[in-house]
Amino acid sequence: MSDSKIITNAPAPEGFSGEGFFATKLSDVVGMARANSLWPLPFATSCCGIEFMATMASHYDVARFGSERMSFSPRQADMLLVMGTIAKKMAPILRQVYEQMAEPRWVISVGACACSGGIFDTYSVLQGIDKIIPVDVYVPGCPPRPEQILDGIMRLQDLVRTESVRRRSSHEYTELLASYNIK
Amino acid sequence: MALDNSTIHQTLADQFATAVSDFQQIHDILTFEIDSNAISEVMLFLRDDKVMRFNFLTTLCGMHFPDAAEERQFAVVYHMHNWIDNVRIRIKCFLPASNPEIDTVSDLFASANWQERETYDFFGIIFKGHPQLKRILNMDEMVSFPMRKEFPLEDGGRTDKDDRFFGRTIDNC
Repeated sequence: MSDSKIITNAPAPEGFSGEGFFATKLSDVVGMARANSLWPLPFATSCCGIEFMATMASHYDVARFGSERMSFSPRQADMLLVMGTIAKKMAPILRQVYEQMAEPRWVISVGACACSGGIFDTYSVLQGIDKIIPVDVYVPGCPPRPEQILDGIMRLQDLVRTESVRRRSSHEYTELLASYNIK
Repeated sequence: MALDNSTIHQTLADQFATAVSDFQQIHDILTFEIDSNAISEVMLFLRDDKVMRFNFLTTLCGMHFPDAAEERQFAVVYHMHNWIDNVRIRIKCFLPASNPEIDTVSDLFASANWQERETYDFFGIIFKGHPQLKRILNMDEMVSFPMRKEFPLEDGGRTDKDDRFFGRTIDNC
C-alpha cells in the first residue's frame, strides 16, 4: 500500500484568524478558488496529446488538482493545454480558440513542438505557439511524461494562486495582448 | 497474353512518333518521356486503347532540377497501372523554368485533381484546364513553392537554434 499522505484541503491563504473568524485578502481567496478549479481545454495534435491522455486518466488523474473535467468548449475553460506540433495552417485556429476563451485564461505549452517547434524546423511548422498567443507555463520534453505535465499544472496553479484580481485589467496585460494583436 | 514493355514501346512510337522518347527500363518499370504538349493525348490513348488498358493513374508528382538546362528544370512524373495485365509505366514530362505549364489530366482521371493541386502547391507547376488550381496542403497566405530548391527548408523565424550545436559551423564549439 502507498504510504503517501492524501491532502484533502487546499492550504489556507495568509490571514488573521481569531475566535470563529478568519480574515484575509479577497484576491487570495479568489486565487485559491481559481487555482483549485482549473478547467482544462486540451488542444492535442500529436504524441504529447497521448501523454496527456495518460495524465487525465485514472492512474495520474489530473482531477486531483481540481480539474473538474475536460472542457471541449473554449468558452467554458480556463486553462488551454497546447500539446503537439502546430502547423502554420493550424495557427489561426489555435488563435481563434484562445480568443474564444473567457478571462481569466491561462495557457500551458506542452512539449518541445508547442514550445519552440521542436525538431520540426521547417517552413510549414509554427516555431513555438508563443509566436501567436501568450504562454504562461512551458513544459519541456519530447514528449513530457505525465509527471512533467502535472508539474506544469502545479506551476500554473502557483501563478493563479498569487495572481492579483486586477491583473487582467492592468496596463501591462493590455499591452501584452496588444503585442499579439488580440483584442 | 500479357502486355510486355516492347509492345508498349512499339505501339507508342508508331502512334506518336517524336512526342514520345527516351524509353528505358528502370527497376522493372518502363520509363519514357512525353513531350509536355502531348500529355493529354497520349494519356487518353494509354487509357482507352484496347491493348494498352492503363486504367489507373497511380500517382503524379513534380520534380525540380535547378542545375539542368532552362527548358528541362521542372518535370511532372506520372505512374500508370494496367490492372488487367498488371503492368506499370512511368512517364516524365519536362517543363521549362520560365513557363512551367502543362495540360491537366484531371479530366481523364478524377484522382489527378488533388495530386495536381499538391504539385502546384509545392512546385508552382501550372496545370492548364484544372477546375480548381489552388493550394491544398500549405496555408493560403504562403508565397513560396517550398519544394523548389531555391526556397530554404528551415523556418527563418527560429530564434533558439545555435548553429554550433548542429554541426553547421566549421569550428564546432
